[in-house]
Amino acid sequence: MTGKDWPLYEVFIRTKSGLSHRHAGSVHAADDEMALNHARDVYTRRNEGVSIWVVRSSNIVASDPAETDAFFEPAKDKIYRHPTFYEIPDGVENI
Amino acid sequence: MTNKEALLKYVLRLGDNALVLAQRLIELVAHGPELEEELANANFALDYLGQARMYYSYAGELEGNGRTEDDFAFLRPEREFCNVQLVELPNGHFGDVIVRSFLFDAFYLLQLESVEQCGDQRLAEIAARAVREIRYHQRYQSQWLIRLGDGTEESHRRIQTSIDDVWRYTGEMFAGDEVDVKFHAHYGGPDLDQLQTKWRAEIEAIVNVATIRLPVDAWMAEGGKKGIHTEHFGSLIAEMQTMQRSYAGLSW
Amino acid sequence: MYTQGLDQKSNRSDVPPQQDDAAAVAAFQARVDAEEKIEAKDWMPDAYRRTLVRQISQHAHSEIIGMQPEANWLTRAPTLRRKSILLAKVQDEAGHGLYLYSAAETLGVTRDEMVTDLLSGKAKYSSIFNYPTLTWADIGAIGWLVDGAAIMNQIPLCRCSYGPYARAMVRVCKEESFHQRQGYEIMVELCRGSSEQKEMAQDALNRWWWPSLMMFGPSDQHSRHSAQSMAWKIKRFTNDELRQKFVDVTVPQAEFIGLKVPDADLSLDAETGHYRFGEIDWQEFMDVLAGNGPCNQLRMQTRRQAQDNGGWVRDAAQAYADKHATRVAA
Repeated sequence: MTGKDWPLYEVFIRTKSGLSHRHAGSVHAADDEMALNHARDVYTRRNEGVSIWVVRSSNIVASDPAETDAFFEPAKDKIYRHPTFYEIPDGVENI
Repeated sequence: MTNKEALLKYVLRLGDNALVLAQRLIELVAHGPELEEELANANFALDYLGQARMYYSYAGELEGNGRTEDDFAFLRPEREFCNVQLVELPNGHFGDVIVRSFLFDAFYLLQLESVEQCGDQRLAEIAARAVREIRYHQRYQSQWLIRLGDGTEESHRRIQTSIDDVWRYTGEMFAGDEVDVKFHAHYGGPDLDQLQTKWRAEIEAIVNVATIRLPVDAWMAEGGKKGIHTEHFGSLIAEMQTMQRSYAGLSW
Repeated sequence: MYTQGLDQKSNRSDVPPQQDDAAAVAAFQARVDAEEKIEAKDWMPDAYRRTLVRQISQHAHSEIIGMQPEANWLTRAPTLRRKSILLAKVQDEAGHGLYLYSAAETLGVTRDEMVTDLLSGKAKYSSIFNYPTLTWADIGAIGWLVDGAAIMNQIPLCRCSYGPYARAMVRVCKEESFHQRQGYEIMVELCRGSSEQKEMAQDALNRWWWPSLMMFGPSDQHSRHSAQSMAWKIKRFTNDELRQKFVDVTVPQAEFIGLKVPDADLSLDAETGHYRFGEIDWQEFMDVLAGNGPCNQLRMQTRRQAQDNGGWVRDAAQAYADKHATRVAA
């Protein structure tokens, strides 16, 4: 076993309450508890967090960059979903 | 010994335990078993260093002779340091380091939980800050003790030897003297007998999960509190103090 | 910190580069030209990937090896305040090595492979860390000069075309902002002190000045991969541009505290506003890079020892995790 890395974990940090967790980086750890400790020691040395999530990198399901067009292009032409699409006569307020 | 003198000595003991353990952990920097563990070790050392500085600054105030944190750290001879011998023991391997910290921090955490309730407000405040840091150390060390004890055959064997070898240095933490008695009676500090019972129960619970056994109580080393140290201590102090001793009275 | 221009040697010259589809390469270059960030799973030319792996891993190794010369003074720091600061700084370097290894791992190489290449001597690290720290003033000089040079190198890397590297560098630069200042503060204190202290400071500057200039790598006419790295927007400025910038900002800082830069040819060109400086001893640079510096052997021995001593610990943790996972599953 010598010479092999511990599994990789992705680290997500909530910087203060009210905000969502954001990806901060990754750490290697043998188990979940260790991953939490490592995330704390590596990514919150400057008081950057109030909550940490860690997840095994191998458990993340990601979209395929080769399919970016198929995934995301169709949303681009639905401009009627945005409020600026609509014309409201001058003088109308609170809308 | 007046009550205030006892308080001063008690604060210095806290400071010396923290500084000497920090100095040992600092020796390990750039030698960790994995990068993430480097960061953890440095965090622990920084915690102890910060605590030592708070204790020493307060000791300076209590003493009233204008001594600073650096005077206490760098200008006292070996015989005036009153840390327990456990914290000055050489590092050995990773398992030795974990065991030394585990046994000491289990004690220190209970000590701080009592001191943060004590009658001296300033010291109680310092303890309240330190206790949060040590709680995390204890969580980390307990987990590692379990991993190593219940890991491979080799790690199990090594960690059992670590705890066997160091056991004789644990008695001193609970061997009270006049300072402990006065600090308990006058300031509501810890009752060391009660502390020992709790300590033993707590470490036993972890050690059991780690599938190793606690050594049988036998002869216990003593003397650190009175300034009697192991042979290892002199070179630790000499190295730490070299700049202040070689260049007296300069500012850095 | 410490991305030296080590790119004069290709990492895997034995393996022929993969032939990439010309249209894909053109599309990739168009994205780079448009300042789009390239992400881990995006298509990229094989040579771009190799260049990044080489550069980022060298950068990471430099951070890790770079802990050693400063750790040499941790146990002897003259005050508790200095001790805490230095410890926090050395710890940051471990963190930065970690961020960088993680960034390189997104390109499909493992940390273990990178560490193996370091320990076998195949991978390089910045030549600066093969010089010894002899006095406390060296700790000041490293913070001031070495971190100063590193910052020059690293700030443009925050805009590097490869997203994970750029993000790691943003974090690194943010955290390192105190590193140079603490070093300069040490030098200021020494220069305000006794004649002994001032001599110590001057001696440190004398020894660290030229190696610091070498940190920017070979001069532009000898830097093989420079043009390609610029086109890929991995690199934003040439080695010589960055070196000049470093000299321009650092010389006045030395003068301010009464220290003399050890270069007889140093002079301010009134017309351009830049300092002219003497020729760097490139033979020394090549020697140190090739393993023949004062501390190369020591640095590698220390690293190997740590790796070897940690083997049973890493194995034990993995064995515990495996057992535990099996028990839960059972």
